[in-house]
Amino acid sequence: MSSHDLLIIVLFIGILVAFTPLLGKWLANVLQGKPTWFSRFLGPVERCAYRVAGVDPSREMDWKKYLAAVLLFNAAGFLILFLSLLCQKWLPLNPAGTENMRWDIAFNTAVSFMTNTNWQFYSGEGPEGISYFVQMTGLSVQNFVSAATGIAVMAALIRGLKRKCASTLGNFWADLTRSTLYFLIPISVVVALLLVSQGVVQSFDGPTTVAGMDGVEQVIPNGPAASQVAIKQLGTNGGGFFGNNSTHPFENPTPFSNMIEMLSLLLIGCACPYAYGVMIGKRKQGWIIFGAMMLLLVTTIGLSQWAEHAGNPLFPGLEMLEGKEVRLGITNSSLWSVATTASSNGSVNCMHCSMSPLAGGIALFNMLLGEVIFGGLGCGLYGMLMFAMITVFLCGLMVGRTPEFLGKKIEAREVRWSMVGVLLPGIAVLVMSGLAAATEVGRESICNAGPHGLTEILYCFGSQAGNNGSAFAGLSVGNTPFYSLLGGLAMLLARFGAIIPVMIIAGSMVSKKTASPAQGTMATDNLMFMILLVAVVLIVGALTFFPALALGPILEHLLLYSGSVL
Amino acid sequence: MKWTFSNLRLFLALAVITGGIYPAAVTLVSLAVFPHQAHGSLIRNEQGEVIASELIAQPFTSAKYFWPRPSAGDYATMPSGASNLSWTSAELVKTVAERKAALLKAHGLPQGTPVPADLLFASGSGLESFISPEAAEFQVNRVAAARGEDPEKIRKTVAEHFISGGILGENVINVMTLNAALDKLPRS
Repeated sequence: MSSHDLLIIVLFIGILVAFTPLLGKWLANVLQGKPTWFSRFLGPVERCAYRVAGVDPSREMDWKKYLAAVLLFNAAGFLILFLSLLCQKWLPLNPAGTENMRWDIAFNTAVSFMTNTNWQFYSGEGPEGISYFVQMTGLSVQNFVSAATGIAVMAALIRGLKRKCASTLGNFWADLTRSTLYFLIPISVVVALLLVSQGVVQSFDGPTTVAGMDGVEQVIPNGPAASQVAIKQLGTNGGGFFGNNSTHPFENPTPFSNMIEMLSLLLIGCACPYAYGVMIGKRKQGWIIFGAMMLLLVTTIGLSQWAEHAGNPLFPGLEMLEGKEVRLGITNSSLWSVATTASSNGSVNCMHCSMSPLAGGIALFNMLLGEVIFGGLGCGLYGMLMFAMITVFLCGLMVGRTPEFLGKKIEAREVRWSMVGVLLPGIAVLVMSGLAAATEVGRESICNAGPHGLTEILYCFGSQAGNNGSAFAGLSVGNTPFYSLLGGLAMLLARFGAIIPVMIIAGSMVSKKTASPAQGTMATDNLMFMILLVAVVLIVGALTFFPALALGPILEHLLLYSGSVL
Repeated sequence: MKWTFSNLRLFLALAVITGGIYPAAVTLVSLAVFPHQAHGSLIRNEQGEVIASELIAQPFTSAKYFWPRPSAGDYATMPSGASNLSWTSAELVKTVAERKAALLKAHGLPQGTPVPADLLFASGSGLESFISPEAAEFQVNRVAAARGEDPEKIRKTVAEHFISGGILGENVINVMTLNAALDKLPRS
């Protein structure tokens, strides 16, 4: 690694930290119903949306009502996207001549976008891709509302922690609409225009066929890509306009567009713990959660860079550029792979399947930790708060005191549901990967021999159960409904297996009274707690997944450095 | 029941805003402010016909052109593809050895001459139109000989297509604009 490489990383983290208070305060204002810079222009739009829906945004909901609204809203979104994928050929604005989608792929894709996973079973462009119309009215819409759903659930949990002896958690429709209009759309417009300036396409032109300068005919694709790429990055979605995602020169043409997109992966994720601190009125609590996430992020960035820059002994003296873009280089590729798996985004600027065994393993590990290193919008924070409750519970057991979090007692109900939220995705990954590895239909899709093949399967389910969406794309999942249906199930389990426990916990916490901290109450706003929290996240992750990781990336690493070719 | 349909109606309202108004507004501004980029950074010949995009590599096999990086999907665009081969893959070892032998032969270089990595490994997009300055230098003599030009003149044209990576990325040469410029060079 050179000083140039280090500079990219320092710059990246520096900008993230610098923007955190600004975006965090803004997000908190939006969720607290305070006026923002955009209220004057977008206020009428907001009121119009409520009028169309016939809802009263000021009416508070208890946890059951809030949860029911989340589920029904998402069900409506799923159905509409599923149906439009099934008949996109007959819908307008399809200059590329895209065909209707196979039903199981449409199911996987619709679940994928509703759950903020955005695993790409489809290939974006071409006859088996997705039409411009569905890209905009289906995928882009879900990119916004699935991200806003995460933010809304986070807001409900924060209110549950903050309010005393209450029963309501806010209004889902207001949280959803406000965070879309006043937060996600303005940032997306800025990012989209910056991307177009770099060469990301944004038009309704159909594909152009050219003769080719050296005599080979070529089809140059096009489409409204920038508007979608912006929210795909910001909303921790990750599903590309083009199949090859942000490696594609029309999605990510220059090092500058790369930095903008890479920052967009984590900017709002960083803002969430800050907004949490503001909303509960204890900023230090927010910074401690932020610190725990940042510690994990920086550590995994370091490990991944080391693994990538170490070089491949099978190709002495060569930079390992297979599956990478030369304009971006090794450092940007490795940095992105960590940022995208930490943030549950899942977009890629290099092929993760062609990364070094350990760098690919770190991307996998980040997802397996439960997407709590900043994680998905909202979900990263509520995931980490479940870990925080488990941490105070474990520490309470050690010293024999009733655990408390933010002055509220943590009881059996909260711990039980936190454990469900934390363990369910892990169980899904292990059971489903085991099933795939043990059956012919699962193994047929593997691309690379040896432990890498197992990693492809683990990554497939780890990504979907982390609602991440990136892939070891060597695994050719498209041939059989086995992966599309099982993967769809993993995504549903992970998304709603967390949202439902979080809402139950929010409902239970909101009714509790707050006690002022007594002597011996464990503080949750100091360095000690931060370290404990990181330790609990790592221990749960390692205990669940170490055997699987040992058979996959770790074994491959050992084989590579013993000179094996597989 | 009314409550259930409220969710559907709110979804539709937000769909119109985020799926209709937002992309349409971004498209209008993009086409007005950055029309070249928004339409795909197209390269036209003297007759005004589109011959390529600056950002999408085309396959080049003639000796008179600079060649882009290898493509696992053979430069197909609908969709494009990557190899997804792992670091321990025997197939990758074999493919790289074949590419290296073919490149050395095409350039009339002896066995064992180092070849820049970006010409040996396929890009992730399968469509990258950028190569490293070393990869361009590697090809200068071959292109010059095929065109019957002085290598220095070719080298000068290459330098005009150098793009600095700045602090954020790597230095590269754009093969598509370079080849288009070579075709426009007056014959000496």
